[in-house]
Amino acid sequence: MTFYEELKAKGYTRRQFLKFCGIMGAFMGLHKTGVAQIVDALETKERVHVIWEHFQECTCCSESFIRASNPLVGKILLELLSLDYDDTLMAAAGEVAEATKAASMKANYGKYILCCEGSIPTGSFGYCTLAGRSAEEVFREEAAGAAAIIAWGNCACSGCIQGAHPNPTKARPIHKLITGKPVINVQGCPPIADVMAAVLVYYITFGRIPELDGMGRPKMFYARRIHDTCYRRAFYDAGLFVQSFDDENAKKGYCLYYMGCKGPNTFNSCGIIKWNECISYPIQSGHPCIGCAEPGYFDQEPFYEHIPSVPGIGIEANADKIGAAASVLALAGVSVHAIVTNIQKRKLIDNNTEYPVKDDEVDGI
Amino acid sequence: MKVRRRNLREVYVWQLPVRFFHWINALAIVVLCITGYIIGDPPAIQHNTEAIHNYWFGYVRFTHLAFGMIFVVNILFRVYWAFAGNHFARWNNFVPLTKTQWKSIFETLRVDILLLTDKPVYDIGHNSLAATTYLGLFVLSMVQAATGFMMMFVTTNNVMEPLTTWGLEHMNGFFVVREIHHFLMWAFVIFMIIHVYLVFYHDYIERSGIASSMIGGWKFIRADVMDIYERKITENVCDRLDKHDPTVDEILFSDQDGLDEGNP
Repeated sequence: MTFYEELKAKGYTRRQFLKFCGIMGAFMGLHKTGVAQIVDALETKERVHVIWEHFQECTCCSESFIRASNPLVGKILLELLSLDYDDTLMAAAGEVAEATKAASMKANYGKYILCCEGSIPTGSFGYCTLAGRSAEEVFREEAAGAAAIIAWGNCACSGCIQGAHPNPTKARPIHKLITGKPVINVQGCPPIADVMAAVLVYYITFGRIPELDGMGRPKMFYARRIHDTCYRRAFYDAGLFVQSFDDENAKKGYCLYYMGCKGPNTFNSCGIIKWNECISYPIQSGHPCIGCAEPGYFDQEPFYEHIPSVPGIGIEANADKIGAAASVLALAGVSVHAIVTNIQKRKLIDNNTEYPVKDDEVDGI
Repeated sequence: MKVRRRNLREVYVWQLPVRFFHWINALAIVVLCITGYIIGDPPAIQHNTEAIHNYWFGYVRFTHLAFGMIFVVNILFRVYWAFAGNHFARWNNFVPLTKTQWKSIFETLRVDILLLTDKPVYDIGHNSLAATTYLGLFVLSMVQAATGFMMMFVTTNNVMEPLTTWGLEHMNGFFVVREIHHFLMWAFVIFMIIHVYLVFYHDYIERSGIASSMIGGWKFIRADVMDIYERKITENVCDRLDKHDPTVDEILFSDQDGLDEGNP
């Protein structure tokens, strides 16, 4: 059964179907012929089998996904895929569920997509087990037969909060644990639902993974900084900054850079696609970006300051305070040096100007 | 009136390109530190104009990026001059490879920095410690340039973009790069404090006109020190000629030496 047939059976109109294809094409930046390809693929191709695993995570990626912006997207996508295993969403449980997964993996070996939410602990297998087996073991078994792996969210892409200092479970992102398989890093905490949908639709339509950047992120969604696509950018260039969350400037919608906005450091499409039916995104809602699509963003505390604290030195220590302290120290050092020099200046000057010079005290070339 | 009877010789130490490099570099570092700090921690300069009528923060960034370019090109020129300039500008002054240089570094530390003895050290160009510090500053500058370019060129279509983006991705993203760039700014501040102080110190103690030498290029060196220096050069040249060492041409046929410049 193709995706379109399934939709028709469920009572969706062709108009709704085409609208969805159009939205997906627009998000991917395709030409209109590309949209036709999407329509064609979804009408004719068999559904893609998906095994969706939850490792060390909070399920916010799934939450984001099923609340996709277009009211159809969430519903459609669950139909679009043959979701053979997802321990959060499936009705089956226990041995039945495991048996279904095993059967699907066997039947579709080398063809299914493995979607991973969450990082994998390498410290002790006890930190995360699935059906009595360690997360790593389960992952390796499933990855072996996967055509491609999609790492949802910051946990799976770069460790997120579990991978933050001091990383007690030794959580590793997916791409660090496997070689020889294409891994798509769909970054964000959580990723934008439409981005997740579009990555899947791209794979179904074209039968290959989208173009990735050096960090494994799909270029079409992660090639631009939030800062460069932010509608408040003009205030940044004019030097108009919010000074505190409740001031007049905040009401006027000035730039949140001073409040610690990580938009200049973060690659994502929040500024373009936005969230919740394309209504808004954090900066539009008056909150600085915390950089959730960047590796190691949890170590960039505090979120509301632009210069992060330096761990291990003090609670309040950051680069500027350490630098200023070191400069003061340098000033104190030269002052002491100047005082000592002045105490013995007569001797020093006399020696420099009149002391007989020995042969080995002057270097040649 | 106090007058000292000293037998001094004027020595042309810093060639014009070296002096130009120095002052352009100094200006660039000061401007980059100030604008960089403003970008990192913007002051609350509020105004009542609409955002479209004002661009002051944009100009601060523009100044930072423009001076960043000047800074880098200036340093690249100095690297060229390290191979084309006179003996005091040459690269081997700055890279402590010989035993003599290391001995001189420790000697300078003992005498000038720790003030353990009042016995002087004699250097005509840079002393070995200062020269090695400049090598460190050169490395820091290159790191600043690399991290700066990574942040500057990403998402642009600059020819260097693929390289800098590759770097950015291998540094694990923007945060780390930005922090390194910010932290190292303070290294330059500390360098400036110590550098300027030591110029004062040497000018005060050695009386060789070191502060003004970076303007005019000439230093006043004791005649007896110069005599030994010149004799050693001659010995060195003779040695190398005996051994048929081709590198001796550098000294023999180099009119950039400048030691006799100004003497009719």
